[in-house]
Amino acid sequence: MFWTTIKRIIRSGFIQFWRSSFVSLSSILVMFVTLFVIGSLMFSSVILNVALEQIKDKVDINIYFASTAQESDILAAKESISKLPEVAQVNYSSKEQVLVAFKDRHQNDSTILQSLDEIGDNPLGAILNLKAKDPDQYESIFNYLKDQSFVSKEGISIIDKINYTDTKAAIDKLTRFIRAGERLGLIFTCVMIGLSIVITFNTIRLAIYVSREEISVMRLVGASNIYIRGPFVVVGMLYGLFAGLLTVGVFYPLTYWIGKLTENFFAGVNLYSYYIANFTQIFSIIMLSGIFVGALSSYLAVRKYLTN
Amino acid sequence: MIHFDKVSKIYGANSVALDDVSFSISPKEFVSVVGHSGAGKTTLLKMILAEDRPTSGGVFFHSANVNKLRRKDINTLRRKIGVVFQDFRLLPNKTAYENIAFAMEVAGRTDEEIAADVPHVLQLVDLGNKSHNFPSQLSGGERQRVAIARAIVNQPDLIIADEPTGNLDPISTYEVVQIFKKINDLGTTIVLTTHNKGVIDNLGRRVLTMERGRVIRDDQEGRYVL
Repeated sequence: MFWTTIKRIIRSGFIQFWRSSFVSLSSILVMFVTLFVIGSLMFSSVILNVALEQIKDKVDINIYFASTAQESDILAAKESISKLPEVAQVNYSSKEQVLVAFKDRHQNDSTILQSLDEIGDNPLGAILNLKAKDPDQYESIFNYLKDQSFVSKEGISIIDKINYTDTKAAIDKLTRFIRAGERLGLIFTCVMIGLSIVITFNTIRLAIYVSREEISVMRLVGASNIYIRGPFVVVGMLYGLFAGLLTVGVFYPLTYWIGKLTENFFAGVNLYSYYIANFTQIFSIIMLSGIFVGALSSYLAVRKYLTN
Repeated sequence: MIHFDKVSKIYGANSVALDDVSFSISPKEFVSVVGHSGAGKTTLLKMILAEDRPTSGGVFFHSANVNKLRRKDINTLRRKIGVVFQDFRLLPNKTAYENIAFAMEVAGRTDEEIAADVPHVLQLVDLGNKSHNFPSQLSGGERQRVAIARAIVNQPDLIIADEPTGNLDPISTYEVVQIFKKINDLGTTIVLTTHNKGVIDNLGRRVLTMERGRVIRDDQEGRYVL
């Protein structure tokens, strides 16, 4: 009897969905807006994350070594800095590489190049460029470097300068910007998803309000709660299913159309490529969200008429 | 079969729907309940269906106090009672066939039983050719006959009809009353409320007369007297 009941509930849901076509269409369109918002927020968060990652990537600390520092001492310092848990990456540029880069940067400045030639020897020191795992951690890394005495065999400090103090203000500003961006993005996403769900819930509630007399008749002929509620939940799931398909379908040409645009404007992220590459994941999230919101809305909306 | 034991229903200080009502109905009886609007007829029926609870007293159906039943048992009770209303109360998105089948589905009947019984009961109310019509495509009399078919299809012990002829023309009224008589002759208990003097006088069955929430007259072969 259990399977017969399930079969009847599903059949009744499909019939109800089909026969109340106008109500179904309206509900699907409202739910489409909800799912579209959820999908758009997914794309926005991708762009925001990539943009924030790129900003994060721009934040670093350079340790300038004295030109007299031995490479072995510098590499030993690199080794010890790399072991810090806050450090994500340390790049070493030898004094020769620094000189090449310097010359390259000033290739149009003959005075500087002439001065270098006159000196004869390489006056520049090696550089360690380090990136923290989190922008907040630069301060502690800097303090570590300050406290640590990196010295040569002769006991002379091999570090000439650390540029953190100069860039501290910029790093702090960027860190605040990144944190605010992440927090605002999350709040905005939650608010929009919440609002969309409330709108969908109210639309479905309205659709079921139209059927309240029908529900009272079902109760009078002795229908159990599952028999009354079941078809409405099926209808809610169908709203979600069709709205989900519509959303996924609309995103295809839309992301194709704005893909190039986003690639140029937002840090090389092509939304179309992202959509295609992550289609299964996006499809599943949109469809499951639609079906879940539809089913839950119907379930809660019918409950009101089953309490007496 | 049905027993009202000193049942009162008070909605507010100045609103007494039922006032110390006691009576019994035996199986296979055809009982009409008459009275002015607001006399308490519909409240009386709601008590039997456990749609409303008495303020005091008890309503018994087959010796079970219906007001102490759990939700699940109330559903079981309602499946044993067929209900017919003045405004038909059919499911608008279901055809005549589906409306009747729905009552059988909720009672746990098999698909085979439904396929066999629904056409039969539609024939009984002379609507065999309108089984696929929606309620909006039927006349008032036809809708009421679908409602009756739905009420009888599970072969209930009792049929409650709340002013079933209120919205019908004289011919449809006659047809509906004839169907009820036939059902009663086959052994089903019927409780009918009506304002129609002609129906009561022609039936010549038991009549309960109500006034201001009290049963003021109980005649075995009664007439419509207010």
